[in-house]
Amino acid sequence: MIAQPVDLDEQLFRQESGRLVSALTRIFGVHNLALAEDVAQDAFVRALEVWNVRGRPDNPAAWLMTTAKNRALDVIRRERSARTFAPEVTRMLETEWTIAPVIDEAFAHHIIRDEQLRMMFSCCDPGLPEEVQVALVLNILCGFGAPQIASAFLSSRAAVEKRISRGKKALAASTRLFDLADAEFVARLSGVQRALYLLFNEGYHTASGEAAVRAELCGEAMRLAGLLLEHPPSATPATHALAALMYLHAARLPARTDAEGELHALGHQDRTKWDRALLAEGVALLERSATGTELTAWHLEAAIAAQHAGAASVEETDWDTIVALYDRLMRLAPSPVVALNRAIAIGERDGAGRGLEELESIVDVERLARYPFHRAAMAELELRRGDTTRAREHFAAALALARNASERRFFERRIERCGA
Amino acid sequence: MSEFLYLYRIGAEAQREAMGTPGHAEKSMKVWLAWMRELEQDGHLKSPGQPLELTGKVVGGKQRAVTDGPFVEVKDLVAGFTLIEARDLDEAVRLSVGCPILEGGGSVEVRPIRLVASM
Repeated sequence: MIAQPVDLDEQLFRQESGRLVSALTRIFGVHNLALAEDVAQDAFVRALEVWNVRGRPDNPAAWLMTTAKNRALDVIRRERSARTFAPEVTRMLETEWTIAPVIDEAFAHHIIRDEQLRMMFSCCDPGLPEEVQVALVLNILCGFGAPQIASAFLSSRAAVEKRISRGKKALAASTRLFDLADAEFVARLSGVQRALYLLFNEGYHTASGEAAVRAELCGEAMRLAGLLLEHPPSATPATHALAALMYLHAARLPARTDAEGELHALGHQDRTKWDRALLAEGVALLERSATGTELTAWHLEAAIAAQHAGAASVEETDWDTIVALYDRLMRLAPSPVVALNRAIAIGERDGAGRGLEELESIVDVERLARYPFHRAAMAELELRRGDTTRAREHFAAALALARNASERRFFERRIERCGA
Repeated sequence: MSEFLYLYRIGAEAQREAMGTPGHAEKSMKVWLAWMRELEQDGHLKSPGQPLELTGKVVGGKQRAVTDGPFVEVKDLVAGFTLIEARDLDEAVRLSVGCPILEGGGSVEVRPIRLVASM
């Protein structure tokens, strides 16, 4: 990823926002979600004012937390006669005997963690469309505003704002956040995993031009998956596999784009740039995912990523194993994109001709009509078997479908490789 | 169920001891929270009431004379109050024995709310 200058404070506020809002929601109640967001926002505004004069404190996160607590204290004293707060604590907020320790309690480390989990599970209500769930998670737990979410998801700002406000309306209408002891926990967990998977993929794949934001999306998906892993009931084999998949892919991010922001396909990446620590963590997570009998698509995707991670080059990759894993993935969770990747792997194993046959026989291929990497894959295989004319045609088609500048530059460079 | 007022009393010295440092104050407030929660869970908390500053003014007599007070030397200043519900005075007394003020050498005065007859 190219390191675009990200405002330090802005990044910190984004990271702390989900923690503060979750803790404050524990006190105010989910029906007062907007109030919790206001108080967190106030703390950020106050921080900017004070830090500009006195400089950034040694522990800015702790400073923000203290400020949010004080602000909460003021708000509750001012509004306790007019509002009801979270039913669990509302009586304890009536009086100076207990108001301070109740607020303090909500910001304790393990409570903040649990409240973020509850918020995550509430955002992933199956009654809400998936794009609303993901927008809510990004907004409430990751502190991303509508413009950033819109840019990451290639949607209009207005559409994202609509999703967020629809989701928040649903949240505010619920009496309380999802209870981690709820009987629905396991059922809801798969929705949460799915939302985090979408979130990660959005960051990983080149849907948006803003590399720094995308890297942050991946980082946030990994952080939230980490919260699931810290909580034993959600640390299932599937969650481990999902986290493994994220780590193994994130490890490749530094090689995926170079200093100029140019995109590099897996085959052309400088593998020395892969992040060894993330790879090792990914492999360890994958090992821990191999308990129980449940085999998920994430297990297979992570296993494929681990095969790539363990190979020194494209030539030394165990394509036999990768094709076998794609075969299983096609049986478990068939999709045109999986079929596309399987065809590419077959091309590597059995030669360009076989790969092209597979590409041409993808079921539902029309669903890839707007996906540039389908035509790009055909182009690569044509190029490999020496048909530069066809390769050029396919790359030109891919170029026309490119979704951002770095994809465009990538296909332009590939067209140049086809010769004059 | 009947209503009772708990009047918490403590000396200024003991109060300083309990709340004098941030560490002590934090610990003390946590203990109060635990106790209030207990009363609430068992349905005894009518109104949690409030803690009081140990200083203020006293307005007295027909003359409405205003004096400083209550005086800090006094050993049993009113430090706060809570309204509870209990079956009878015995239960109200029994419930008060868990009060954190007692740990600090203070006392709880348990007083039934006087019900007046209709006029």
